[in-house]
Amino acid sequence: MGRTLAQKVWDDHVVRRAEGEPDLLYIDLHLTHEVTSPQAFDGLRAAGRPVRRKDLTIATEDHNVPTTDIDKPIVDPISRAQIEALRINTKEFGIENYELGNKEQGIVHIIAPQSGLTQPGMTIVCGDSHTSTHGAFGSIGMGIGTSEVEHVLATQTLPLKPFKTMAITVNGKLPVGVTAKDLILAIIAEIGTGGGQGYILEYRGEAVRALSMEGRMTMCNMSIEAGARAGMIAPDETTFEYVKGREHAPKGADWDAAVAYWKTLPTDDDAVFDREVIIDATKLSPFVTWGTNPGQGAPLSATVPSPDDFTDEVDKKATEKALEYMDLKAGMPIRDIKIDTVFIGSCTNGRIEDLRAAADVLKGNKIADGMRMMVVPGSVRVRLEAMAEGLDKVFLEAGAEWREAGCSMCLGMNPDKLTPGERSASTSNRNFEGRQGPGGRTHLVSPAVAAATAIRGTLSSPADLVGSN
Amino acid sequence: MDKFTVHTGTAAPLRASNVDTDQIIPAEYLKRITRHGFEDGLFNSWRKDANFVLNRPAYQGVSVLVAGPDFGTGSSREHAVWALMDYGFKVVISSRFADIFRGNSGKQGLLTAVVEQSAVEQLWKIIEEDPSTPVTVDLEGQVITAAGFTTKFEVDSYVRWRLMEGLDDIGLTLKHVDEITAFEAKRPSFKPTTI
Repeated sequence: MGRTLAQKVWDDHVVRRAEGEPDLLYIDLHLTHEVTSPQAFDGLRAAGRPVRRKDLTIATEDHNVPTTDIDKPIVDPISRAQIEALRINTKEFGIENYELGNKEQGIVHIIAPQSGLTQPGMTIVCGDSHTSTHGAFGSIGMGIGTSEVEHVLATQTLPLKPFKTMAITVNGKLPVGVTAKDLILAIIAEIGTGGGQGYILEYRGEAVRALSMEGRMTMCNMSIEAGARAGMIAPDETTFEYVKGREHAPKGADWDAAVAYWKTLPTDDDAVFDREVIIDATKLSPFVTWGTNPGQGAPLSATVPSPDDFTDEVDKKATEKALEYMDLKAGMPIRDIKIDTVFIGSCTNGRIEDLRAAADVLKGNKIADGMRMMVVPGSVRVRLEAMAEGLDKVFLEAGAEWREAGCSMCLGMNPDKLTPGERSASTSNRNFEGRQGPGGRTHLVSPAVAAATAIRGTLSSPADLVGSN
Repeated sequence: MDKFTVHTGTAAPLRASNVDTDQIIPAEYLKRITRHGFEDGLFNSWRKDANFVLNRPAYQGVSVLVAGPDFGTGSSREHAVWALMDYGFKVVISSRFADIFRGNSGKQGLLTAVVEQSAVEQLWKIIEEDPSTPVTVDLEGQVITAAGFTTKFEVDSYVRWRLMEGLDDIGLTLKHVDEITAFEAKRPSFKPTTI
């Protein structure tokens, strides 16, 4: 019987397989950052263990770095101590670290693909749940906890039980104005935040094949919001084209050997998935969240649901609780929800294509009175590329703030936060209670919807702007 | 890691689904570089509410948490496990756990016991009627008992063995270091390196 993409990549990394034990899986690339690594390095030190493969490990400073005044010392002493700990640890253990100010610095899931470190058919882990992003290349990218970070540092392996596989087939073409973000939000609403638990997802079908690598990364990034530790897309010419020529991409004969291998990875025609979900792309429209988990979403054109719309007691109660936290009334049009903060950035939507999409909408417009709009590129390279294209000027002229690279308001570990009661339209990945700052309320949206919302002051799509000026 | 065989303690009902790790411990607490002392961050925003279950006098000293489905979703932060353990929890019972949270718990010795949602409802009823009810979680028999109510629970067999033996995962893997070295010798030359 044929195998799925996930099974092939998995099988090619099994170091040891024994009855009654999890598989011991080899890890091709280990990405680290300041937040989930200090206790792991302490563990190594206490046990007197070295890092097994420094050459397969990289570090960057992203989660709590400031996005202004990066040439000055970090004001928050606790953030500073954590960054300093990473610098000491990486130096002591011999790992390359992209420090704040380095041109390679940025969000961990942005920098690995842009430098060519992320390639098809790899196993990639990081102490960050959005490591699923790297699945866009046909790799298994998985978020891990700090104990596992220590395990990978010490052994370059992880003991893991094989996952089940789920095909998510998106048939047809996405309508104009509907993006990868809208698609993944609709998928999460469909299968639920627990729907992917125990599975590796594989996104397939015409609409997925038509996506750019950046759109594919947006989709795979949010696999974890559907409960799946990893989400994948089979590598194809779009993938090879993206990887080719990048700094860490294979060269010469290695390139040919790599491409020949990568072409063997797509799921065999006779492979069987444990579960299949079919989505009709042609029926989708811009999609946003109204609640406090990423599964609580609806088309922008819909109304806020009522707890009575759900039959399941748990869903009913969750909806009631979410509406209370979000201060929303059942039945109100989602387009009437007033927004005071717009955040564009994060590992979900902080790449150059996302900034271009937002700038396209903003060009020649001003953001609404009283609106705060923050644009935070995902990496220094994205920032420089955007500036070379003049996107920074579009944002500044519209009245937005143009920031330095980092995770920023996606999780509010640095000073970029919502204050209690503030309501954001955010291109990030989580709308949990207090995620962007205690008491803050988050609506997850695409970059185009974020930009249109900044102009109109209420949740909007670019189509709403036509004729309104 | 301490061995885990049987645990008996009082339990708190957490009547919520989708308790994400941002709720278990907010990002602000993730700036610490130590592995202990996270108990003050546990359920930080909910604990500001005097009526939150862990603030009620009847539920002081609990060591078992009985939660709604999809517990531990979201961020991979192991700090969520550390905070629960630092607070004194030894077991979390739910009908569904997020994969990364369950993995992190297994590494640290926090038992995640999976039961049917109907059993969660039954346990909620028992510990709400009498918060002093001792709840016994027997890892060997994979059974939970409380006030005459008994239910089986699921746990990964390998994690169960490791918890019962109190074994360190890295030590176990390093026993196979020769196999890792042999695997490395066969890796294709086109695989990327960071330096």
